[in-house]
Amino acid sequence: MAELLDLASSLVDRAVAGEQMEVYVARGHDTEIRAYDGEVESLSSATSGGVGIRVVLAGEGDDEGNRAGFAWAGSLDSEVVAATLAEARDNAVYATPDPDVVLATPDGVPAKELDLWDPGFAAVSTADKVEMALALERQVRGADPRVRQVDSADYGDGSVEVALASTAGIRATTRRTSAFLSVSAIAGEGADSQTGSGFTVGRSAGDLDPDVAAAQAVERAVRMLGAGKARSGRCAVVFDPRVVSTLLSVISSALSGEAVVKGRSFFAGRVGEQVATPAVTLVDDPTDPRAYGAATYDGEGLACRRNVLVEAGVLQGFLFDTVSARRAGTTSTGSAVRGGFSGTPGAGCRALVLAPGTLDQETILAEVGEGLYVQSVTGVHSGVNAVSGDFSVGAEGLMIRHGVLAEPVREVTVASTLQRMLQSILHVGGDLEWLPGIAAGQTLAVDDMQLSGA
Amino acid sequence: MARSPNSQSPNSQSTNSRSADRPAAGAADGSLVEGPVLERVLGAALARGGDLAEVFVEDRQTSGAVLDDRKVEELSSGRERGAGIRVIVGETTGFAHTADLSEAGLLAAAEAASAVAREGGGGVRTVALADRRPARARAEVLPSTVGKATKLELLTRADDAARSAGDAVSQVQAGYGDSRRRVLVATSDGRLAEDDQVRTRFNVVCIATGDTGMQTGYESVARTLGFEVFDQVDVDEVARTAAQRALSKLAARPAPSGEVPVVLAGGSGGILFHEACGHGLEADHIVKDASVYVGQVGQQVASPLVTLVDDGTVGGEWGNFAIDDEGHPAGRNVLIENGVLTDYLWDWLRAAKVGRASSGNGRRQSYQHLPMVRMTNTFLLAGEEDPDEIVAQTPSGVYVAKLGGGQVNTTTGDFVFGTTEAYLIENGRITEPLRDANLIGNGPEVLRRIDAVATDFAMTPGTCGKDGQSVPVGCGQATLRITGVTIGGTAA
Repeated sequence: MAELLDLASSLVDRAVAGEQMEVYVARGHDTEIRAYDGEVESLSSATSGGVGIRVVLAGEGDDEGNRAGFAWAGSLDSEVVAATLAEARDNAVYATPDPDVVLATPDGVPAKELDLWDPGFAAVSTADKVEMALALERQVRGADPRVRQVDSADYGDGSVEVALASTAGIRATTRRTSAFLSVSAIAGEGADSQTGSGFTVGRSAGDLDPDVAAAQAVERAVRMLGAGKARSGRCAVVFDPRVVSTLLSVISSALSGEAVVKGRSFFAGRVGEQVATPAVTLVDDPTDPRAYGAATYDGEGLACRRNVLVEAGVLQGFLFDTVSARRAGTTSTGSAVRGGFSGTPGAGCRALVLAPGTLDQETILAEVGEGLYVQSVTGVHSGVNAVSGDFSVGAEGLMIRHGVLAEPVREVTVASTLQRMLQSILHVGGDLEWLPGIAAGQTLAVDDMQLSGA
Repeated sequence: MARSPNSQSPNSQSTNSRSADRPAAGAADGSLVEGPVLERVLGAALARGGDLAEVFVEDRQTSGAVLDDRKVEELSSGRERGAGIRVIVGETTGFAHTADLSEAGLLAAAEAASAVAREGGGGVRTVALADRRPARARAEVLPSTVGKATKLELLTRADDAARSAGDAVSQVQAGYGDSRRRVLVATSDGRLAEDDQVRTRFNVVCIATGDTGMQTGYESVARTLGFEVFDQVDVDEVARTAAQRALSKLAARPAPSGEVPVVLAGGSGGILFHEACGHGLEADHIVKDASVYVGQVGQQVASPLVTLVDDGTVGGEWGNFAIDDEGHPAGRNVLIENGVLTDYLWDWLRAAKVGRASSGNGRRQSYQHLPMVRMTNTFLLAGEEDPDEIVAQTPSGVYVAKLGGGQVNTTTGDFVFGTTEAYLIENGRITEPLRDANLIGNGPEVLRRIDAVATDFAMTPGTCGKDGQSVPVGCGQATLRITGVTIGGTAA
């Protein structure tokens, strides 16, 4: 860690007059094991690292504006790093001058120290990891006679250390460990085959619960056997927590201040308006260590903080990084995200949570009475447009009849607009799950969606 | 799963770039790693036992720029260099990768990859590689020789052209990117192959704003060629197409729901075949009995109008290469002939299990990934009908001018693909524009329902994602009609 920060700082010290510089250095170790048919299909392990350098050239006149350039390399070798710095400097020359292009400066918000590094992580042997993957596969194969195949059973873990330094006074280091087990089951009966997946995530192998992953995969595959197409019509839709996490991730792009200032958000200009039913309170809180995306610092080295986006259905504000905040005439909310050393910062969510309601899934199904329960969706990237709000996804799940889950349904779509869905939320479940990704999820019931099938 | 070649997320990692040449990496003879070093590393990889070892070396340089909100935000350059080493022992693959291409770095990775060889007893293995045949980049104008200002000029031109297309165009994002990827594959059975892959892409996303809110339009060009692409392609035209796509949807009505006849325009995406059967024909799904097409070779799986080809050799297309990422030459593989399934797609590992040759479809995102079975350019051969006639003979339905991405569950065969420009067909005529929606179908069922294929064949580029790895692919098709497929709009 100290050595990474030293590397970042030493590069920043090379900045010349008229030049601002930010250096992001990351190093990580990953292991991945795939079990198949009682054997190890593959075992991968690797250490990798890299550097991303942003250079901002100060404008010469008063309204000249600044220019930014970026370069990255998948190596911490000193010659490669030096060449990367030269390239970032050269790239900056060509950017359009813009007074809002500046590096983050420390804003006095204290960083919350989070315990995201499991010291026991390194002590787990490869043999034990292999056995976890093999055991998960056996468990799923043996769980139900209708499980015909286990497509893959994977164990994976990783550790990553990051250091960030800039000429604007940023010095930040973070490190985290993570581990997962995931499994994909195929259930069969006659010519019918259906799939289901399950997973469990944690900070290290010891946090994982293979029983949960196995039970999810088996239940989801088996209960889809015999699925057919439903008839088209309008109905209430109850979404599984995993699907809700996906939906929130999509909505999050319209809550990015960058999308707002660039005219790409349907929420632009609507702060203070009722954009959702009063049951909806939506918060991005990376300081909650239970969140998968929990983080001490954002992608520019400012402290992550709790930001309330929607309260009782009323839009409160957006998430900003430094540049989009200046363009909007406000200050960063500590919400810069970046895709590792090869990405530049932009405004985005890390840990969205819909404030849980009081009802469990069973009660929500009973309240809804008739409709469709959606277990999984497909085509989110091709059928949900976060700019227009148009929403159309492939779905599989079970019909809800007389308040309980009934026959399975596949090859249907559910459609609406994101704007309308937010105004049609019937129930927000109390069954919050801290899922991998940038959003948690719980059962969610949405009224009056278009089901398209036969 | 596939999507358009450039992700639209604000923090996309895909727009990296460089333009000045750095000193050539690697050995004195111009190869990424010298032959004798490779031979010693392969020998070491098998020192603890194992059936086969492979060293995959990659040196990738990327360069890109994005113009957004009338400003060139940032030029970006990236460099990634390293090696992935595979050791295969029975049914098990050991894999490790390193960014250190020195002999010591490669030996350390070989040691890690060979950890799966628990039995031991490999002893000293001597590996003799075939003679080197250096690869030549198949680009007339290497993007690294083109000035940065010249590349940026394309972006500002596109911005102007898009904004001139209509007052309702409220935002324009244009992206340029190029990459040069040098690869080398060496295996313990003596295979030594190299490739030098140059790719160039350009894309425009427009937003139009009207009374009904905002709509988006996207268009891209992406080829396995150098900067000469822009001699053939007019970026103003790309920008106008994207702008028109957004503008036309301002007046769009909700797409219908339920099962309707659908006419897909030539070059509208070809994603239909990529999802409806392409993924299901990948041998890794077949050997695990996780595809609806298992055991179907020789069977009629599609309409007799369907002849489907996967071909990594088609000049300049986005999914092209000389050798795949296991060192096998790209091939032209007929998958479905007149509706009859003729073969699956194979990488080396799955092919070896059944005692046949690779079809040249072993690909990986980078040296940090294991190869798996992937498509290259997948397309339906053109038919004989007139595209206008196909529309004229469709009393009612949906005409899809442009598709976005799609996704498939290979086990059930259910797949979706999304429209980004579509219209109603009424009385044999294309009429009102429709808002975006996904279509959903089951692969084998939809393939049997193709009842007309026209002559107006065209290819489009895309990015295919599978098991966390993205690779460039091409898709192609002429105008065709599906007699019935479910469209997921909001209109009853």
